[in-house]
Amino acid sequence: MVSAVFHSPLEAAASPATSAHAPTTKVMSTAKAQAPVSPVAAPRAATPGRDWRGVWMAVLPPVLGLACLVMVWSLIAGTSNSGIPTPLATWAQAVEVFADPFYKVGPNDQGVGWNVLMSLQRVAIGFGLAAAVGIPAGFLIGRFTFLSRMFNPLISLLRPVSPLAWLPIGLLVFKGADPAAIWTIFICSIWPMIINTAVGVQRVPQDYMNVARVLNLSEWKIFTKILFPAVLPYLLTGVRLAVGTAWLVIVAAEMLTGGVGIGFWVWDEWNNLNVASIIIAIFVIGIVGLLLEFALIKVASFFTFEEVKN
Amino acid sequence: MQTSKFIDIQNVEQTFKTKKGNFPALRDINLTVAKGEFVALIGHSGCGKSTLLNLIAGLTMPTEGVLLCADKEIAGPGPERAVVFQNHSLLPWLTCFENIYLAVERVFAATESKAQLKARTDAALALVGLTAAAQKRPGEISGGMKQRVGIARALSMEPKVLLMDEPFGALDALTRAKLQDELLEIVARTHSTVVMVTHDVDEAVLLSDKIVMMTNGPAATIGEVLHVDLPRPRNRVELADDPQYQQYRKAVIDFLYTRQAHVEKAA
Repeated sequence: MVSAVFHSPLEAAASPATSAHAPTTKVMSTAKAQAPVSPVAAPRAATPGRDWRGVWMAVLPPVLGLACLVMVWSLIAGTSNSGIPTPLATWAQAVEVFADPFYKVGPNDQGVGWNVLMSLQRVAIGFGLAAAVGIPAGFLIGRFTFLSRMFNPLISLLRPVSPLAWLPIGLLVFKGADPAAIWTIFICSIWPMIINTAVGVQRVPQDYMNVARVLNLSEWKIFTKILFPAVLPYLLTGVRLAVGTAWLVIVAAEMLTGGVGIGFWVWDEWNNLNVASIIIAIFVIGIVGLLLEFALIKVASFFTFEEVKN
Repeated sequence: MQTSKFIDIQNVEQTFKTKKGNFPALRDINLTVAKGEFVALIGHSGCGKSTLLNLIAGLTMPTEGVLLCADKEIAGPGPERAVVFQNHSLLPWLTCFENIYLAVERVFAATESKAQLKARTDAALALVGLTAAAQKRPGEISGGMKQRVGIARALSMEPKVLLMDEPFGALDALTRAKLQDELLEIVARTHSTVVMVTHDVDEAVLLSDKIVMMTNGPAATIGEVLHVDLPRPRNRVELADDPQYQQYRKAVIDFLYTRQAHVEKAA
Protein backbone atom coordinates (compact mmCIF):
# COMPACT_ATOMS: atom_id res chain seq x y z
CA MET A 1 0.00 0.00 0.00
CA VAL A 2 2.74 2.39 0.98
CA SER A 3 4.74 1.80 -2.13
CA ALA A 4 1.66 1.97 -4.30
CA VAL A 5 0.72 5.34 -2.88
CA PHE A 6 4.16 6.87 -3.01
CA HIS A 7 5.72 5.53 -6.15
CA SER A 8 2.88 5.59 -8.60
CA PRO A 9 2.65 9.38 -8.90
CA LEU A 10 6.28 9.58 -9.99
CA GLU A 11 5.74 7.03 -12.69
CA ALA A 12 2.46 8.62 -13.61
CA ALA A 13 4.23 11.95 -13.77
CA ALA A 14 6.86 10.61 -16.10
CA SER A 15 4.74 8.60 -18.49
CA PRO A 16 2.11 11.14 -19.60
CA ALA A 17 4.86 13.68 -20.15
CA THR A 18 6.76 11.44 -22.53
CA SER A 19 3.73 9.97 -24.22
CA ALA A 20 2.17 13.39 -24.62
CA HIS A 21 5.30 14.82 -26.26
CA ALA A 22 6.41 11.95 -28.40
CA PRO A 23 3.56 12.01 -30.92
CA THR A 24 3.67 15.76 -31.41
CA THR A 25 7.41 15.83 -32.04
CA LYS A 26 7.00 13.04 -34.53
CA VAL A 27 4.32 14.97 -36.38
CA MET A 28 6.52 18.04 -36.43
CA SER A 29 9.64 16.26 -37.56
CA THR A 30 7.92 14.54 -40.47
CA ALA A 31 6.31 17.82 -41.43
CA LYS A 32 9.67 19.59 -41.33
CA ALA A 33 11.48 16.85 -43.19
CA GLN A 34 8.99 16.83 -46.02
CA ALA A 35 8.31 20.52 -46.32
CA PRO A 36 11.51 21.52 -48.17
CA VAL A 37 11.15 18.73 -50.74
CA SER A 38 8.20 20.33 -52.50
CA PRO A 39 8.16 23.98 -51.56
CA VAL A 40 6.42 25.03 -54.77
CA ALA A 41 3.93 22.18 -54.98
CA ALA A 42 0.33 23.03 -54.34
CA PRO A 43 -0.17 22.88 -50.58
CA ARG A 44 -3.65 21.33 -50.97
CA ALA A 45 -2.24 18.32 -52.77
CA ALA A 46 0.70 17.91 -50.40
CA THR A 47 -1.19 18.29 -47.13
CA PRO A 48 -3.31 15.12 -46.98
CA GLY A 49 -0.48 12.69 -47.73
CA ARG A 50 1.88 14.42 -45.31
CA ASP A 51 -0.66 14.74 -42.51
CA TRP A 52 -1.95 11.19 -42.77
CA ARG A 53 1.43 9.72 -41.96
CA GLY A 54 1.79 11.92 -38.91
CA VAL A 55 -1.74 11.24 -37.72
CA TRP A 56 -1.21 7.53 -38.33
CA MET A 57 1.89 7.49 -36.13
CA ALA A 58 0.14 9.51 -33.46
CA VAL A 59 -3.07 7.47 -33.37
CA LEU A 60 -2.13 3.91 -34.26
CA PRO A 61 0.20 2.97 -31.35
CA PRO A 62 -2.13 4.16 -28.56
CA VAL A 63 -5.11 2.48 -30.24
CA LEU A 64 -3.13 -0.76 -30.50
CA GLY A 65 -2.17 -0.50 -26.84
CA LEU A 66 -5.79 -0.04 -25.84
CA ALA A 67 -6.79 -2.96 -28.07
CA CYS A 68 -4.24 -5.15 -26.24
CA LEU A 69 -5.76 -4.19 -22.91
CA VAL A 70 -9.30 -5.02 -24.09
CA MET A 71 -8.09 -8.34 -25.53
CA VAL A 72 -6.40 -9.45 -22.29
CA TRP A 73 -9.48 -8.31 -20.42
CA SER A 74 -11.77 -10.36 -22.73
CA LEU A 75 -9.57 -13.43 -22.29
CA ILE A 76 -9.71 -13.19 -18.50
CA ALA A 77 -13.44 -12.47 -18.54
CA GLY A 78 -13.96 -15.42 -20.89
CA THR A 79 -12.57 -17.98 -18.46
CA SER A 80 -15.27 -19.32 -16.22
CA ASN A 81 -15.55 -18.34 -12.55
CA SER A 82 -13.40 -15.23 -12.88
CA GLY A 83 -16.43 -13.08 -12.09
CA ILE A 84 -15.06 -10.27 -14.23
CA PRO A 85 -17.60 -8.96 -16.76
CA THR A 86 -16.67 -8.81 -20.43
CA PRO A 87 -15.73 -5.44 -21.98
CA LEU A 88 -19.05 -5.42 -23.82
CA ALA A 89 -21.07 -5.95 -20.64
CA THR A 90 -19.06 -3.24 -18.92
CA TRP A 91 -19.68 -0.90 -21.83
CA ALA A 92 -23.43 -1.53 -21.59
CA GLN A 93 -23.29 -0.80 -17.88
CA ALA A 94 -21.23 2.35 -18.51
CA VAL A 95 -23.81 3.66 -20.97
CA GLU A 96 -26.44 3.14 -18.28
CA VAL A 97 -24.33 4.77 -15.54
CA PHE A 98 -23.46 7.79 -17.65
CA ALA A 99 -26.99 8.22 -18.96
CA ASP A 100 -27.81 10.02 -15.72
CA PRO A 101 -24.62 10.83 -13.80
CA PHE A 102 -26.29 13.43 -11.56
CA TYR A 103 -29.26 11.65 -10.01
CA LYS A 104 -29.85 11.76 -6.27
CA VAL A 105 -31.98 9.10 -4.61
CA GLY A 106 -30.60 9.22 -1.10
CA PRO A 107 -27.37 10.03 0.70
CA ASN A 108 -25.92 6.66 -0.25
CA ASP A 109 -27.31 6.40 -3.77
CA GLN A 110 -26.13 9.19 -6.03
CA GLY A 111 -24.88 9.41 -9.61
CA VAL A 112 -21.25 8.86 -10.56
CA GLY A 113 -20.95 12.55 -11.45
CA TRP A 114 -21.77 13.58 -7.86
CA ASN A 115 -19.30 11.04 -6.53
CA VAL A 116 -16.48 12.35 -8.69
CA LEU A 117 -17.31 15.97 -7.86
CA MET A 118 -17.39 15.24 -4.12
CA SER A 119 -14.00 13.53 -4.32
CA LEU A 120 -12.58 16.42 -6.34
CA GLN A 121 -13.93 18.87 -3.79
CA ARG A 122 -12.17 17.05 -0.94
CA VAL A 123 -8.95 16.91 -2.93
CA ALA A 124 -9.26 20.62 -3.75
CA ILE A 125 -9.76 21.63 -0.11
CA GLY A 126 -7.07 19.35 1.30
CA PHE A 127 -4.63 20.20 -1.45
CA GLY A 128 -5.41 23.93 -1.23
CA LEU A 129 -4.68 23.95 2.50
CA ALA A 130 -1.48 21.97 1.91
CA ALA A 131 -0.36 24.48 -0.74
CA ALA A 132 -1.19 27.42 1.54
CA VAL A 133 1.01 25.96 4.28
CA GLY A 134 3.58 23.97 2.30
CA ILE A 135 4.71 26.53 -0.29
CA PRO A 136 5.53 29.35 2.17
CA ALA A 137 7.13 26.76 4.47
CA GLY A 138 9.23 25.55 1.54
CA PHE A 139 10.41 29.10 0.82
CA LEU A 140 11.42 29.65 4.44
CA ILE A 141 13.18 26.31 4.72
CA GLY A 142 15.02 26.93 1.46
CA ARG A 143 16.06 30.48 2.32
CA PHE A 144 17.26 29.98 5.90
CA THR A 145 19.76 27.23 6.68
CA PHE A 146 18.76 27.25 10.34
CA LEU A 147 15.15 26.39 9.53
CA SER A 148 16.28 23.81 7.00
CA ARG A 149 18.38 22.02 9.61
CA MET A 150 15.53 22.32 12.08
CA PHE A 151 12.80 20.80 9.91
CA ASN A 152 14.61 18.40 7.59
CA PRO A 153 14.76 15.56 10.16
CA LEU A 154 11.03 15.98 10.85
CA ILE A 155 10.19 15.91 7.17
CA SER A 156 12.37 12.84 6.61
CA LEU A 157 10.61 11.11 9.50
CA LEU A 158 7.02 11.93 8.55
CA ARG A 159 7.15 11.84 4.76
CA PRO A 160 7.39 8.05 4.31
CA VAL A 161 4.35 7.40 6.53
CA SER A 162 1.40 6.03 4.58
CA PRO A 163 -1.30 8.69 4.36
CA LEU A 164 -3.89 6.22 5.61
CA ALA A 165 -2.03 5.93 8.90
CA TRP A 166 -3.01 9.57 9.46
CA LEU A 167 -6.69 8.83 9.00
CA PRO A 168 -7.41 7.69 12.58
CA ILE A 169 -5.65 10.80 13.90
CA GLY A 170 -7.89 12.89 11.66
CA LEU A 171 -11.01 11.04 12.85
CA LEU A 172 -9.95 11.53 16.45
CA VAL A 173 -9.17 15.22 16.15
CA PHE A 174 -11.91 16.35 13.77
CA LYS A 175 -14.65 13.91 14.85
CA GLY A 176 -15.98 13.55 11.33
CA ALA A 177 -15.41 11.49 8.19
CA ASP A 178 -15.22 14.42 5.79
CA PRO A 179 -12.63 16.54 7.62
CA ALA A 180 -10.62 13.40 8.34
CA ALA A 181 -10.42 12.62 4.61
CA ILE A 182 -9.43 16.22 3.89
CA TRP A 183 -6.78 16.02 6.64
CA THR A 184 -5.37 12.89 5.02
CA ILE A 185 -5.12 14.65 1.66
CA PHE A 186 -3.50 17.63 3.36
CA ILE A 187 -0.83 15.60 5.12
CA CYS A 188 0.11 13.51 2.07
CA SER A 189 0.23 16.35 -0.45
CA ILE A 190 2.16 18.83 1.70
CA TRP A 191 5.55 17.02 1.55
CA PRO A 192 6.26 17.20 -2.18
CA MET A 193 5.40 20.91 -2.15
CA ILE A 194 7.64 21.72 0.84
CA ILE A 195 10.55 19.68 -0.49
CA ASN A 196 10.40 20.87 -4.10
CA THR A 197 9.99 24.52 -3.14
CA ALA A 198 12.90 24.33 -0.68
CA VAL A 199 15.16 22.63 -3.24
CA GLY A 200 14.16 25.23 -5.83
CA VAL A 201 15.11 28.07 -3.50
CA GLN A 202 18.44 26.45 -2.72
CA ARG A 203 19.18 26.05 -6.43
CA VAL A 204 18.58 29.64 -7.48
CA PRO A 205 21.74 30.46 -9.46
CA GLN A 206 24.31 32.43 -7.45
CA ASP A 207 24.56 34.87 -10.38
CA TYR A 208 21.02 36.07 -9.78
CA MET A 209 21.68 36.46 -6.08
CA ASN A 210 24.83 38.46 -6.92
CA VAL A 211 22.72 40.77 -9.06
CA ALA A 212 20.41 41.21 -6.08
CA ARG A 213 23.39 42.00 -3.85
CA VAL A 214 24.96 44.50 -6.25
CA LEU A 215 21.60 46.25 -6.72
CA ASN A 216 21.07 46.01 -2.96
CA LEU A 217 17.47 44.90 -3.51
CA SER A 218 15.05 44.66 -0.61
CA GLU A 219 14.05 41.20 0.62
CA TRP A 220 10.58 41.75 -0.90
CA LYS A 221 12.03 42.64 -4.33
CA ILE A 222 14.37 39.65 -4.13
CA PHE A 223 11.36 37.45 -3.46
CA THR A 224 9.07 38.82 -6.18
CA LYS A 225 11.64 39.46 -8.92
CA ILE A 226 14.19 36.69 -8.38
CA LEU A 227 13.25 33.93 -5.94
CA PHE A 228 9.64 33.38 -6.92
CA PRO A 229 10.12 33.25 -10.71
CA ALA A 230 13.27 31.12 -10.34
CA VAL A 231 11.54 28.66 -8.01
CA LEU A 232 8.25 28.47 -9.93
CA PRO A 233 9.18 25.49 -12.14
CA TYR A 234 10.31 23.49 -9.08
CA LEU A 235 7.23 24.57 -7.18
CA LEU A 236 4.92 23.45 -10.00
CA THR A 237 6.63 20.06 -10.11
CA GLY A 238 5.87 19.77 -6.40
CA VAL A 239 2.26 20.75 -7.03
CA ARG A 240 1.96 18.14 -9.76
CA LEU A 241 3.33 15.37 -7.57
CA ALA A 242 1.08 16.51 -4.73
CA VAL A 243 -2.08 16.48 -6.84
CA GLY A 244 -1.21 13.03 -8.18
CA THR A 245 -0.71 11.68 -4.67
CA ALA A 246 -3.88 13.36 -3.42
CA TRP A 247 -5.95 11.77 -6.15
CA LEU A 248 -4.48 8.35 -5.32
CA VAL A 249 -5.13 8.74 -1.63
CA ILE A 250 -8.68 10.07 -1.78
CA VAL A 251 -10.00 6.81 -3.21
CA ALA A 252 -8.50 4.79 -0.37
CA ALA A 253 -9.55 7.32 2.27
CA GLU A 254 -13.15 7.36 1.05
CA MET A 255 -13.33 3.59 1.07
CA LEU A 256 -12.66 3.78 4.81
CA THR A 257 -14.70 6.86 5.69
CA GLY A 258 -17.79 6.33 3.52
CA GLY A 259 -20.12 9.15 2.50
CA VAL A 260 -20.31 10.32 -1.09
CA GLY A 261 -17.21 10.00 -3.28
CA ILE A 262 -15.69 7.88 -5.98
CA GLY A 263 -13.80 5.73 -3.45
CA PHE A 264 -16.96 5.07 -1.48
CA TRP A 265 -18.78 4.29 -4.73
CA VAL A 266 -16.18 1.61 -5.55
CA TRP A 267 -16.64 0.04 -2.12
CA ASP A 268 -20.43 0.29 -2.31
CA GLU A 269 -20.53 -1.43 -5.69
CA TRP A 270 -18.22 -4.14 -4.34
CA ASN A 271 -20.70 -4.77 -1.54
CA ASN A 272 -23.42 -5.00 -4.22
CA LEU A 273 -21.12 -7.37 -6.15
CA ASN A 274 -21.43 -5.07 -9.16
CA VAL A 275 -17.98 -5.62 -10.67
CA ALA A 276 -18.77 -3.81 -13.93
CA SER A 277 -19.29 -0.59 -11.96
CA ILE A 278 -15.94 -1.07 -10.25
CA ILE A 279 -14.21 -1.35 -13.61
CA ILE A 280 -16.04 1.77 -14.77
CA ALA A 281 -14.87 3.52 -11.60
CA ILE A 282 -11.28 2.49 -12.30
CA PHE A 283 -11.49 4.09 -15.74
CA VAL A 284 -13.13 7.22 -14.34
CA ILE A 285 -10.43 7.56 -11.66
CA GLY A 286 -7.70 7.06 -14.26
CA ILE A 287 -9.15 9.57 -16.69
CA VAL A 288 -9.71 12.25 -14.03
CA GLY A 289 -6.13 11.72 -12.77
CA LEU A 290 -4.81 12.00 -16.30
CA LEU A 291 -6.72 15.25 -16.88
CA LEU A 292 -5.39 16.77 -13.63
CA GLU A 293 -1.87 15.78 -14.55
CA PHE A 294 -2.19 17.09 -18.09
CA ALA A 295 -3.58 20.45 -16.94
CA LEU A 296 -0.72 20.91 -14.48
CA ILE A 297 1.93 19.97 -17.06
CA LYS A 298 0.45 22.65 -19.34
CA VAL A 299 0.63 25.22 -16.53
CA ALA A 300 4.20 24.19 -15.66
CA SER A 301 5.50 24.39 -19.22
CA PHE A 302 3.98 27.85 -19.57
CA PHE A 303 5.99 29.13 -16.61
CA THR A 304 9.29 27.41 -17.33
CA PHE A 305 11.79 29.77 -18.88
CA GLU A 306 14.42 28.45 -21.19
CA GLU A 307 17.35 29.88 -19.26
CA VAL A 308 16.28 28.93 -15.78
CA LYS A 309 18.24 25.72 -16.16
CA ASN A 310 21.54 27.38 -17.05
CA MET B 1 37.81 64.29 -3.23
CA GLN B 2 41.16 63.21 -4.56
CA THR B 3 40.74 62.41 -8.20
CA SER B 4 44.01 60.51 -8.41
CA LYS B 5 42.96 58.03 -5.72
CA PHE B 6 39.31 57.43 -6.48
CA ILE B 7 39.71 53.75 -5.72
CA ASP B 8 42.46 53.04 -3.24
CA ILE B 9 43.50 49.47 -2.47
CA GLN B 10 45.94 49.17 0.43
CA ASN B 11 47.90 46.02 1.35
CA VAL B 12 45.02 43.75 0.49
CA GLU B 13 45.38 40.04 1.08
CA GLN B 14 42.75 37.40 0.40
CA THR B 15 42.87 33.87 1.77
CA PHE B 16 40.15 31.31 1.14
CA LYS B 17 39.41 28.58 3.60
CA THR B 18 39.18 25.25 1.83
CA LYS B 19 39.00 21.66 2.98
CA LYS B 20 42.74 21.30 2.42
CA GLY B 21 43.48 24.30 4.60
CA ASN B 22 43.97 27.95 3.77
CA PHE B 23 44.44 28.91 0.16
CA PRO B 24 46.21 32.26 -0.31
CA ALA B 25 44.68 33.84 -3.42
CA LEU B 26 46.03 37.39 -3.30
CA ARG B 27 48.75 39.13 -1.32
CA ASP B 28 50.24 42.63 -1.11
CA ILE B 29 47.81 44.27 -3.48
CA ASN B 30 48.35 48.03 -3.66
CA LEU B 31 46.58 49.88 -6.43
CA THR B 32 44.96 53.25 -7.06
CA VAL B 33 42.50 54.10 -9.79
CA ALA B 34 41.89 57.74 -10.71
CA LYS B 35 38.45 59.13 -11.50
CA GLY B 36 37.61 58.57 -15.14
CA GLU B 37 40.42 56.09 -15.59
CA PHE B 38 40.04 52.81 -17.50
CA VAL B 39 42.00 50.03 -15.83
CA ALA B 40 42.41 46.51 -17.15
CA LEU B 41 43.38 43.58 -14.91
CA ILE B 42 45.15 40.94 -16.94
CA GLY B 43 46.77 37.63 -16.06
CA HIS B 44 46.55 33.90 -16.59
CA SER B 45 43.47 32.11 -15.35
CA GLY B 46 43.60 31.40 -11.63
CA CYS B 47 45.67 34.50 -10.91
CA GLY B 48 42.97 36.09 -8.80
CA LYS B 49 41.89 38.90 -11.11
CA SER B 50 38.21 38.08 -10.60
CA THR B 51 38.87 37.79 -6.85
CA LEU B 52 40.26 41.32 -6.89
CA LEU B 53 37.26 42.58 -8.86
CA ASN B 54 34.86 40.93 -6.39
CA LEU B 55 36.71 42.67 -3.58
CA ILE B 56 36.22 46.05 -5.25
CA ALA B 57 32.58 45.16 -5.87
CA GLY B 58 32.25 44.29 -2.18
CA LEU B 59 30.89 40.84 -2.95
CA THR B 60 33.71 39.40 -0.81
CA MET B 61 35.65 40.93 2.06
CA PRO B 62 39.47 40.95 2.20
CA THR B 63 41.29 38.90 4.84
CA GLU B 64 43.75 41.76 5.37
CA GLY B 65 44.00 45.33 4.18
CA VAL B 66 41.52 48.03 3.17
CA LEU B 67 39.72 49.03 0.02
CA LEU B 68 38.48 52.60 -0.33
CA CYS B 69 36.14 54.05 -2.92
CA ALA B 70 35.73 57.83 -2.90
CA ASP B 71 37.42 57.94 0.51
CA LYS B 72 34.93 55.51 2.02
CA GLU B 73 35.69 51.95 3.01
CA ILE B 74 34.02 49.35 0.82
CA ALA B 75 31.85 47.43 3.28
CA GLY B 76 29.59 45.54 0.87
CA PRO B 77 28.14 45.55 -2.62
CA GLY B 78 26.17 48.55 -3.73
CA PRO B 79 24.73 50.18 -6.85
CA GLU B 80 27.45 52.87 -6.91
CA ARG B 81 29.84 50.11 -7.97
CA ALA B 82 27.90 48.43 -10.79
CA VAL B 83 29.08 45.03 -12.00
CA VAL B 84 28.82 43.64 -15.52
CA PHE B 85 29.00 39.90 -15.02
CA GLN B 86 30.79 37.51 -17.34
CA ASN B 87 27.62 35.61 -18.18
CA HIS B 88 25.40 38.71 -18.34
CA SER B 89 23.20 37.49 -15.43
CA LEU B 90 19.99 38.92 -16.83
CA LEU B 91 16.82 37.63 -15.21
CA PRO B 92 15.26 35.41 -17.90
CA TRP B 93 11.66 36.06 -16.82
CA LEU B 94 11.93 39.82 -17.26
CA THR B 95 12.12 41.68 -20.57
CA CYS B 96 15.23 43.70 -21.40
CA PHE B 97 13.34 46.83 -20.35
CA GLU B 98 12.29 45.30 -17.03
CA ASN B 99 15.80 44.03 -16.31
CA ILE B 100 17.16 47.56 -16.60
CA TYR B 101 14.14 49.12 -14.92
CA LEU B 102 14.77 46.96 -11.83
CA ALA B 103 18.19 48.61 -11.45
CA VAL B 104 16.98 52.12 -12.30
CA GLU B 105 14.10 51.81 -9.86
CA ARG B 106 16.41 50.73 -7.06
CA VAL B 107 18.70 53.73 -7.47
CA PHE B 108 16.37 56.58 -8.47
CA ALA B 109 12.84 55.65 -7.28
CA ALA B 110 13.25 57.70 -4.10
CA THR B 111 13.85 60.95 -5.96
CA GLU B 112 12.21 60.62 -9.37
CA SER B 113 8.78 60.03 -10.89
CA LYS B 114 7.78 56.86 -12.76
CA ALA B 115 7.99 58.70 -16.08
CA GLN B 116 11.55 59.78 -15.33
CA LEU B 117 12.50 56.22 -14.40
CA LYS B 118 11.07 54.98 -17.66
CA ALA B 119 12.92 57.68 -19.58
CA ARG B 120 16.17 56.63 -17.91
CA THR B 121 15.57 52.99 -18.85
CA ASP B 122 14.81 53.94 -22.45
CA ALA B 123 17.94 56.08 -22.55
CA ALA B 124 20.07 53.19 -21.28
CA LEU B 125 18.65 50.89 -23.95
CA ALA B 126 19.26 53.53 -26.61
CA LEU B 127 22.85 53.93 -25.39
CA VAL B 128 23.62 50.33 -26.36
CA GLY B 129 21.40 50.47 -29.45
CA LEU B 130 18.74 48.06 -28.25
CA THR B 131 15.62 50.21 -28.25
CA ALA B 132 13.97 47.74 -30.62
CA ALA B 133 14.59 44.78 -28.31
CA ALA B 134 13.13 46.47 -25.21
CA GLN B 135 10.15 44.12 -24.91
CA LYS B 136 12.09 40.92 -25.70
CA ARG B 137 13.15 38.43 -23.05
CA PRO B 138 16.85 37.48 -22.75
CA GLY B 139 16.11 34.04 -24.24
CA GLU B 140 15.00 35.69 -27.48
CA ILE B 141 18.13 37.75 -28.19
CA SER B 142 21.73 36.90 -29.10
CA GLY B 143 24.66 36.59 -26.69
CA GLY B 144 26.11 39.94 -27.77
CA MET B 145 22.77 41.67 -27.24
CA LYS B 146 22.45 40.13 -23.76
CA GLN B 147 25.87 41.44 -22.81
CA ARG B 148 24.86 44.88 -24.11
CA VAL B 149 21.74 44.78 -21.92
CA GLY B 150 24.01 43.85 -19.00
CA ILE B 151 26.20 46.89 -19.74
CA ALA B 152 23.13 49.10 -20.13
CA ARG B 153 21.81 47.86 -16.78
CA ALA B 154 25.12 48.71 -15.11
CA LEU B 155 25.38 52.14 -16.75
CA SER B 156 21.74 53.03 -16.05
CA MET B 157 22.54 53.20 -12.35
CA GLU B 158 25.02 56.01 -13.02
CA PRO B 159 27.61 54.17 -10.98
CA LYS B 160 30.76 55.81 -9.68
CA VAL B 161 32.68 52.80 -10.91
CA LEU B 162 31.86 50.27 -13.59
CA LEU B 163 33.30 46.83 -12.80
CA MET B 164 33.46 44.36 -15.66
CA ASP B 165 34.39 40.70 -15.22
CA GLU B 166 35.51 39.43 -18.62
CA PRO B 167 32.42 41.00 -20.13
CA PHE B 168 33.15 39.87 -23.68
CA GLY B 169 34.81 36.55 -22.87
CA ALA B 170 31.90 34.41 -24.01
CA LEU B 171 31.43 36.19 -27.35
CA ASP B 172 32.81 35.50 -30.80
CA ALA B 173 35.69 37.68 -32.03
CA LEU B 174 33.62 39.88 -34.36
CA THR B 175 30.91 40.61 -31.80
CA ARG B 176 33.57 41.24 -29.21
CA ALA B 177 35.30 43.83 -31.40
CA LYS B 178 32.00 45.58 -32.05
CA LEU B 179 31.15 45.75 -28.35
CA GLN B 180 34.65 46.97 -27.50
CA ASP B 181 34.19 49.84 -29.95
CA GLU B 182 30.79 50.61 -28.43
CA LEU B 183 32.24 50.51 -24.93
CA LEU B 184 35.03 52.92 -25.95
CA GLU B 185 32.43 55.32 -27.28
CA ILE B 186 30.15 55.01 -24.22
CA VAL B 187 33.02 55.49 -21.78
CA ALA B 188 34.20 58.56 -23.72
CA ARG B 189 30.70 60.03 -23.46
CA THR B 190 29.99 59.16 -19.82
CA HIS B 191 33.54 59.63 -18.45
CA SER B 192 33.07 56.46 -16.40
CA THR B 193 35.70 54.99 -14.15
CA VAL B 194 36.12 51.38 -15.27
CA VAL B 195 37.92 48.36 -13.87
CA MET B 196 37.82 45.45 -16.28
CA VAL B 197 39.08 41.91 -15.94
CA THR B 198 40.30 40.45 -19.21
CA HIS B 199 42.60 37.82 -20.64
CA ASP B 200 42.72 39.39 -24.06
CA VAL B 201 45.90 41.42 -24.70
CA ASP B 202 44.46 43.45 -27.57
CA GLU B 203 41.37 44.28 -25.59
CA ALA B 204 43.48 45.52 -22.69
CA VAL B 205 45.71 47.74 -24.84
CA LEU B 206 42.87 49.08 -26.96
CA LEU B 207 40.61 50.07 -24.07
CA SER B 208 42.78 50.91 -21.07
CA ASP B 209 44.67 53.83 -19.66
CA LYS B 210 46.44 51.46 -17.31
CA ILE B 211 47.07 47.73 -17.55
CA VAL B 212 47.58 45.90 -14.28
CA MET B 213 49.45 42.66 -14.93
CA MET B 214 49.15 40.01 -12.28
CA THR B 215 51.56 37.22 -11.41
CA ASN B 216 50.49 33.61 -11.31
CA GLY B 217 48.64 32.27 -8.30
CA PRO B 218 48.54 31.05 -5.63
CA ALA B 219 49.31 34.16 -3.61
CA ALA B 220 49.20 36.27 -6.74
CA THR B 221 50.10 39.91 -6.67
CA ILE B 222 50.53 42.81 -9.07
CA GLY B 223 53.58 42.11 -11.20
CA GLU B 224 53.70 45.27 -13.24
CA VAL B 225 51.57 48.27 -14.15
CA LEU B 226 51.72 49.56 -17.72
CA HIS B 227 50.46 53.04 -18.57
CA VAL B 228 48.97 53.21 -22.04
CA ASP B 229 49.39 56.69 -23.45
CA LEU B 230 47.65 56.28 -26.76
CA PRO B 231 45.52 59.27 -27.79
CA ARG B 232 41.74 58.93 -27.68
CA PRO B 233 39.49 58.39 -29.54
CA ARG B 234 41.21 55.16 -30.50
CA ASN B 235 40.57 53.33 -33.73
CA ARG B 236 41.45 49.65 -33.90
CA VAL B 237 42.21 49.76 -37.62
CA GLU B 238 44.63 52.69 -37.36
CA LEU B 239 46.21 51.25 -34.23
CA ALA B 240 46.87 47.92 -35.91
CA ASP B 241 50.15 49.16 -37.37
CA ASP B 242 50.89 51.89 -34.88
CA PRO B 243 54.43 51.24 -33.52
CA GLN B 244 53.52 52.55 -30.06
CA TYR B 245 50.53 50.19 -29.90
CA GLN B 246 52.73 47.29 -30.97
CA GLN B 247 55.19 48.18 -28.23
CA TYR B 248 52.52 48.13 -25.51
CA ARG B 249 51.15 44.90 -26.88
CA LYS B 250 54.59 43.32 -26.85
CA ALA B 251 55.19 44.46 -23.28
CA VAL B 252 52.04 42.69 -22.10
CA ILE B 253 52.72 39.55 -24.13
CA ASP B 254 56.28 39.49 -22.83
CA PHE B 255 55.03 39.66 -19.25
CA LEU B 256 52.37 37.00 -19.74
CA TYR B 257 54.29 34.47 -21.81
CA THR B 258 57.94 34.99 -20.92
CA ARG B 259 58.09 36.07 -17.32
CA GLN B 260 54.84 34.52 -16.09
CA ALA B 261 54.73 31.43 -18.29
CA HIS B 262 54.26 27.85 -17.11
CA VAL B 263 51.00 28.55 -15.40
CA GLU B 264 50.33 24.85 -14.86
CA LYS B 265 53.54 24.31 -12.92
CA ALA B 266 53.00 27.35 -10.78
CA ALA B 267 49.39 26.48 -10.02
